[in-house]
Amino acid sequence: MGLILTEDQLILRDMAKGFFDEKSPVERMRTLRDSQDETGFSRDLWKEMGDLGWLGIPFPEAVGGADMGYGELGIILAECGRALAPEPFLSTVLLGGNAILLGGNEPLLKELLPEVCSGERILCLAFQEQGRFAPYSVETRATRDGDGFRIQGSKQFVLDGHVADQIVTLARTAGSTGERDGLSLFVVDAGAAGLTIQRSELVDGRGAAQVSFQDVTIDGARVLGEIDGAADLLDAVLDRATIGLCAEMVGCFEEAFERTLEYLKTREQFGVKIGTFQGLRHRASEMFGELEFARSVVLDAQSAVDDARDDVAECASGAKARCSDVACLIGGEAIQMHGGIGMTDEEEIGLFFKRLKAAELTLGDAVYHRNRFAGLRGY
Amino acid sequence: MSSASIDEFKQEVRGWIEEKLPADLRVGNRRDLPKESLGRWIKALVSRGWIAPQWPKEYGGGGLDRKQAAALMRELKAVRAPIVSSFGTSMLGPTLLEFGTEEQKQEFLPPISRHEVRWCQGYSEPGAGSDLASLQTRAVKEGDEYVITGQKIWTTGADSADWIFCLVRTDPAAPKHDGISFILFPMHQPGIEVSPLTLIDGSAEFSQVFFDGARAQAKHVIGPVNGGWTIAKRLLQHERSTDGGSEGGITGAMKETLADLVKREVGLQEGVLADPALRQRLADQELEARALRLTMARAGAEARAGQTARDIGSLGKYRWANMVKNEQDIAMLALGTKGLGWSGAGFEDTQLERTRAWLTTRADSIWGGTNEVQLNVIAKRVLQIPE
Repeated sequence: MGLILTEDQLILRDMAKGFFDEKSPVERMRTLRDSQDETGFSRDLWKEMGDLGWLGIPFPEAVGGADMGYGELGIILAECGRALAPEPFLSTVLLGGNAILLGGNEPLLKELLPEVCSGERILCLAFQEQGRFAPYSVETRATRDGDGFRIQGSKQFVLDGHVADQIVTLARTAGSTGERDGLSLFVVDAGAAGLTIQRSELVDGRGAAQVSFQDVTIDGARVLGEIDGAADLLDAVLDRATIGLCAEMVGCFEEAFERTLEYLKTREQFGVKIGTFQGLRHRASEMFGELEFARSVVLDAQSAVDDARDDVAECASGAKARCSDVACLIGGEAIQMHGGIGMTDEEEIGLFFKRLKAAELTLGDAVYHRNRFAGLRGY
Repeated sequence: MSSASIDEFKQEVRGWIEEKLPADLRVGNRRDLPKESLGRWIKALVSRGWIAPQWPKEYGGGGLDRKQAAALMRELKAVRAPIVSSFGTSMLGPTLLEFGTEEQKQEFLPPISRHEVRWCQGYSEPGAGSDLASLQTRAVKEGDEYVITGQKIWTTGADSADWIFCLVRTDPAAPKHDGISFILFPMHQPGIEVSPLTLIDGSAEFSQVFFDGARAQAKHVIGPVNGGWTIAKRLLQHERSTDGGSEGGITGAMKETLADLVKREVGLQEGVLADPALRQRLADQELEARALRLTMARAGAEARAGQTARDIGSLGKYRWANMVKNEQDIAMLALGTKGLGWSGAGFEDTQLERTRAWLTTRADSIWGGTNEVQLNVIAKRVLQIPE
């Protein structure tokens, strides 16, 4: 059922906690941000996680993976969330890695995934073209050119696009923007002629790129899934990535909530601990409830993937709808309850607040996912 | 019990239900069930001890273990059998099993498992609602008896109950939690007057009960004299554990699901609900129901695995109350003025049912500890924020 952790999963969680406590305090993320580090994360730490087998969790052993499940991956991602670790799980494992795993042919899998598992290859998924999440709103065109294709257009918010070795690119081969039909996915090498990649830093300190394609040519063998019919593949990739992102968010909720709770128990005003005020006690109880509910739906979504259930899409949208709302609540209350000190850059709670906002709006907000859930439920 | 023998048990239960459950009862928990069929069904349940499936057989129970009882419940729900439950089975029984003497168990449990004696709960008073421990009903010892004077309110089924389990003050000088006793006495006696209360939904299931020299036998105090508060709290846990776990009393018994109602009243355009705001609220409501069910299931699984001692009963009650209220709020928005009917022509059963449910469910965030009390309990006991 996956609602509770197995013995093995508890051991993995303790191991991961120990790893991040020792090697990745929240301060590390701040240092990367303040030094305007060109990569935006630590390649060494990423390789260490590869050596531990964590990056290969969702991949089969044949390509160097650990052949485990989202139950296990979620444990690692939650600890990343607690530590605000900016390593490229979302871009490389969840988005790019899943696109290749679920849509690639045998040679592509063998060529690309072993180094994803070992931490030596960074991937990204270039799909988004507008601010509000709308995965089928694609104007970037790929037109046939001999045995291959030629891509023209531009993408934004490509997470870790500035350091990726391959850019998995969503383009339209037929139809018009907004339609599910006519979409195709391509594997584009970062060094391809005609590609321009511009990095930007985001509010949460992470990096994303604007990527433009000026007549970029692609070999016909580097197509993922079906030409014109990649929407189902895209959905499957986005569902898995969304569930992984939610697992990271739950870790982030836990840490932000625990820090806020501790503050309520220690901060004094009017001669008493502020946690004695009922107005704050009730709101803390509310946060606790939301955190517990978020944890439940994310665990359920993870087991939907692991058990190959037919409701993965409903679970993914249900989990992201809730986690996005909870991100607003817990992030917002964390700042508010910390008061003035919460507004300072020096106090770490603000870093959680900003990461939660970024996660809330990444891969679709609560309104988007409630609408999608409603559609899946037949209304 | 092994999974093979559980399967066997399930098969047996299924066959038994098929044979014993009258066809006209397969409609869920409705108030207007045919009496004759219901009587036969209850007799059949009693013969197996399945009025109280998990109680020991010596007290008339079914002697089932937890897995068997859960399997029985699933089978009953699968065919929409009415669930026969009472204050006797769900609240007093578990309390007696935990705190009663052997003599008390022998005296009171068998009639409950035979569904012969109806019980009511004397807890709340006009001045003691959320602050239950401030209750004032007095019990004064006279020989082998206690003489009881005072008033209870919100007593469900008091007008038809045979007995009452009641919280009374036996030591007015002690601090308020330390002078309370838990006592049982018959309702049919001089000195007790029952006055039904009509609620905003038109129902009259609750009463006020006035005691003026009512008598209880001293041997019918459960647990120590002046030690009733511990028992009262334990019993409230039984009360809370009965809601959070279900997807909700009244909600489960509706003739039409909320989604079907909203779709019908609001309409679909190309498969999408015509009102985008209601579409959001309906999705949110369905997701909340799922999340509540998952959270309670997870808490149960964690407890069985010995992974956590967190008590989330209050959280479950709080979220359940909000969920069942919100369901009726959405139904009312979808119905518009069709949701305003009380009686007379022009309104369908499914509409009138929603109107009453909207009113009835307002109580869910009040009884069994108000929402505000539940949030206090979470802050204090679960989050351990000093007061």
